[in-house]
Amino acid sequence: MQDLVPKEYKERNSLVINPVKTCQPIGAMYAALGIHGALPHSHGSQGCCSYHRMHLTKHFREPVVASSSSFTEGASVFGGRANLETALKNIFAVYDPEVVAINTTCLSETIGDDIGSIINGFDVPAGKTIIHASTPSYVGSHITGFSNMVKAVIKQVSEKNEDAKTNNKINLIPGFVDPGDIREIKRILEAMGIDYILFPDQSDVLDTPLDGSYDMYPEGGVTIPELKDTGNSQATIALGEFAASDPAFELEKKHDVKPYTLKSPVGIKATDEFLMQLMKLTGKEVPAEIEKERGQLVDIIADTHHQFHGKKVAVYGDPDIVISLTEFVLSLGMKPVHILTGTPDKKFEETVAEMMESADWKYNLTAGGDLFQLHQWIKNDQVDLLLGNSYGKLVAKQEDVPLVRVGFPILDRSVHSYLPTIGYKGAILLVEKISGALLDRKDRDTDFELIEFVL
Amino acid sequence: MKNNNAGIEDVLDEVLQSYPAKSMKNRKEHMLIKDQKKGKHKIKANTRTIPGIITNRGCAYAGCRGVVLGPLKDVVQLVHGPIGCSYYAWGMRRHQGVAAEGGKNFINYTFSTDMQDSDVVFGGERKLKEAIKEAVEIFNPSTIMITATCPVGLIGDDINSIARQAEAEYGITVMAFNCEGYKGVSQSAGHHIANNEIMANLVGIEDKELDYKYPINLMGEYNIGGDAFEIERILEKIGYDIVASFSGNGTADQIKYSHEADLNLVQCHRSINYIAEMFEEKYGIPWLKVNFLGVDATIKALRNMAEYFDDPELKERTEKVIAEELAQIEGPLNRYKELFEGKTAFLFVGGSRAHHYQNVFKRIGIETVVAGYEFGHRDDYEGREVIPDIEMTADDRNIPELEVTKDDKKYNMRISKAKKEELQQKMPLDYYEGMIKEMEDGSIVIDDLNHHEHIKLTEALEPDIFCSGIKDKYTSHKMGIFSKQLHSYDYSGPYAGFKGHLQFAEDIAAGILNPSWSYINPPWKDNVELAGTIGGVR
Repeated sequence: MQDLVPKEYKERNSLVINPVKTCQPIGAMYAALGIHGALPHSHGSQGCCSYHRMHLTKHFREPVVASSSSFTEGASVFGGRANLETALKNIFAVYDPEVVAINTTCLSETIGDDIGSIINGFDVPAGKTIIHASTPSYVGSHITGFSNMVKAVIKQVSEKNEDAKTNNKINLIPGFVDPGDIREIKRILEAMGIDYILFPDQSDVLDTPLDGSYDMYPEGGVTIPELKDTGNSQATIALGEFAASDPAFELEKKHDVKPYTLKSPVGIKATDEFLMQLMKLTGKEVPAEIEKERGQLVDIIADTHHQFHGKKVAVYGDPDIVISLTEFVLSLGMKPVHILTGTPDKKFEETVAEMMESADWKYNLTAGGDLFQLHQWIKNDQVDLLLGNSYGKLVAKQEDVPLVRVGFPILDRSVHSYLPTIGYKGAILLVEKISGALLDRKDRDTDFELIEFVL
Repeated sequence: MKNNNAGIEDVLDEVLQSYPAKSMKNRKEHMLIKDQKKGKHKIKANTRTIPGIITNRGCAYAGCRGVVLGPLKDVVQLVHGPIGCSYYAWGMRRHQGVAAEGGKNFINYTFSTDMQDSDVVFGGERKLKEAIKEAVEIFNPSTIMITATCPVGLIGDDINSIARQAEAEYGITVMAFNCEGYKGVSQSAGHHIANNEIMANLVGIEDKELDYKYPINLMGEYNIGGDAFEIERILEKIGYDIVASFSGNGTADQIKYSHEADLNLVQCHRSINYIAEMFEEKYGIPWLKVNFLGVDATIKALRNMAEYFDDPELKERTEKVIAEELAQIEGPLNRYKELFEGKTAFLFVGGSRAHHYQNVFKRIGIETVVAGYEFGHRDDYEGREVIPDIEMTADDRNIPELEVTKDDKKYNMRISKAKKEELQQKMPLDYYEGMIKEMEDGSIVIDDLNHHEHIKLTEALEPDIFCSGIKDKYTSHKMGIFSKQLHSYDYSGPYAGFKGHLQFAEDIAAGILNPSWSYINPPWKDNVELAGTIGGVR
């Protein structure tokens, strides 16, 4: 039970209770899984690697394979060079990946292992690639780790042709989103007739069919030749300031590919902005098919506005998705009153505050908060709906508030990773979920005598 | 393939082929084929993981905070480290706990100092002290346990002296566990570290007059999916009183006076045998190896317990409860046995269940063809008699051994030496026989199984069920083989005791008989008559 959460606030500066974030390497592991033929490798003690694999597996219900340097106490004191070299030898001999994508943990970061120099001294088999990202767990969150791995990919793999010819493509970094979202982004790009390089791409990696055979390196993932080619693209669109923006700027620094950071395209406004940016960059039209979906979404919102109007919502989770969800619930006529991310970055607060400028109600907003804090906020100002990951169910149950699961991780429901949250299609699905949750609650709380068939 | 050891040897050789020479030599020593003719079997276990091999193992922190300490429901488990370690130990292991009357239950919470880079640079001691203060102010717990994570040992934060200071300052129990993830070679080191601290600083710190007739401690049972609830139900029905549980549905407050029990029951030998041994040394309480997984093993355990207390009334009551419980489940269990007869299972679980579930499967007609532990030691495979022969490695030497001596005031030999020797002829008192003895000839024993070996052995042996954890469950499914998690029970349970065995059989049936497996091949793949001409393509 969550009955030990008091209503009265007491100052907390050092104790985190029930976090709304986890640590960097899992984000890096997830990013690495979006590269074709890649084996993520965790340079630290093996507990981290097991935890990260387990957690991703629970969210996707798919195999998540990664290796570890398996530090012992000796390595922790004298450095992990020998462990990493042995690991790489075993990995290439036994598992034969095309790419090894190394992340670090708080252990190897604290002792200061220089991964770059260890790899430089390693005889990499022909045709194979090793990528390494520094992902200290005591900085930022899993979102930072995702961003750091994608940035490392740009830094270490992207190239530019000498003759400076562009490939006429757009680079697209989708951020920390599910395969279902990535499929939706690709569908939109293809419908518009845009050539693109999307990375990392976990579709066909973490949503593979069951056909009786197991493939350790499924067909999905962005390829190394594609990643090299990102330096020749015309622009980079980063979906999500926190997960995707840094790598896009890195590519500008390295190869002068212009970066455009957009909000994660969740909801009508953010999707509009995404499409407008694509049009602006490519001169391509939004096809009738997509425009129709937008109209359907508006139709649905207008038809059901009475279900949402004035309802108070608490939104929590990773910064990019929380920003877009906040904007979306505003566009449904709802009132976000508690908005929280665990990723400690003040830019999040600035962005949301700007969005909330016209709000005529009081609201709580923080970056670097935890679920205990959110729970206390709710105790002091009740809400009609919770919007966030699976962990919110503790608060939802204790306070008897419906929860719509969106974001990462979702451990107690299935199918979510196959369906988009992104785009007009994703927004329609979100409306269906939010509306369903609110109406289920209304039905539950309505006396038999007053039950309605039409709502 | 059973009883055809030559064929199985070829399978193992094939598995080893892919390894570089050094890894091949290493892995070879971690696998064997059961062969009764050979008599004793020797396996290599509890040694370093080969880097890059894709092990299933976790770390010492997981073994300490995640396994042994986590289930103690009245404790604030304060993890000193960056956020991940605390986050991943939150609600992921299904140790259930119901608050004791008037007591607090912290199981749904996770507590962290959320170490930042400045804490790594300047030390995290100030933050840890402040976090303790905040926890005390908000929750006023009776016990706080501080667990260390990887960077803590490296930067030299002295969590032990902080715990002592806090204990004095707040008048509550505050304990520190140096279970940095890199200690030892697996979760096992964490068990040992947890055992040492609990024995040294928690057991026996309070005395309590107990009006119990048959007081026992339940050890190495973590109440996954409610297993301990079912065990408690049976034991209480017979008339036993559980003084303390180490640690499923347990409290630190009870452990404080757990030395008042007359018998310790050991379910998971690996994780708690240290405490069981030390109890006998210090307080004169023997331990009995029990297994409450599977009806046959449960009945054996209950009869051994009754024999230990040697009370005709208790024996009678035991038989009555066994008969009552069996009457409710025997029919359905026998039907499941008919249904499953001849099927095979591949078991790879932490340090105890790969053995304990073999009788569960056997009772419902399923034969175990491969079994292995992530982090068992040789005694868990071969029996405790090999303990004197186990060689210490450099990694073991870093785990402190706690020396306990007879407690002059509290020591009380529960049974005479002669009586104990007599009982030892009949039951595993102060003894565990290990996994291998119970296995059938021709079955494979494998230690620290990795991803490659999982796939190769599955392809060669084609078991009907693969039982392991979440990391390889879906790999198995992609191969078309049902995988049952024996850590999390796939969010079901309890599986222990009488009712648990039936629940388990039902879940296995649900998995094996699910229609999905029959849909793996699309019908058009082997239907040659699909040759329409509409649309004019042909």
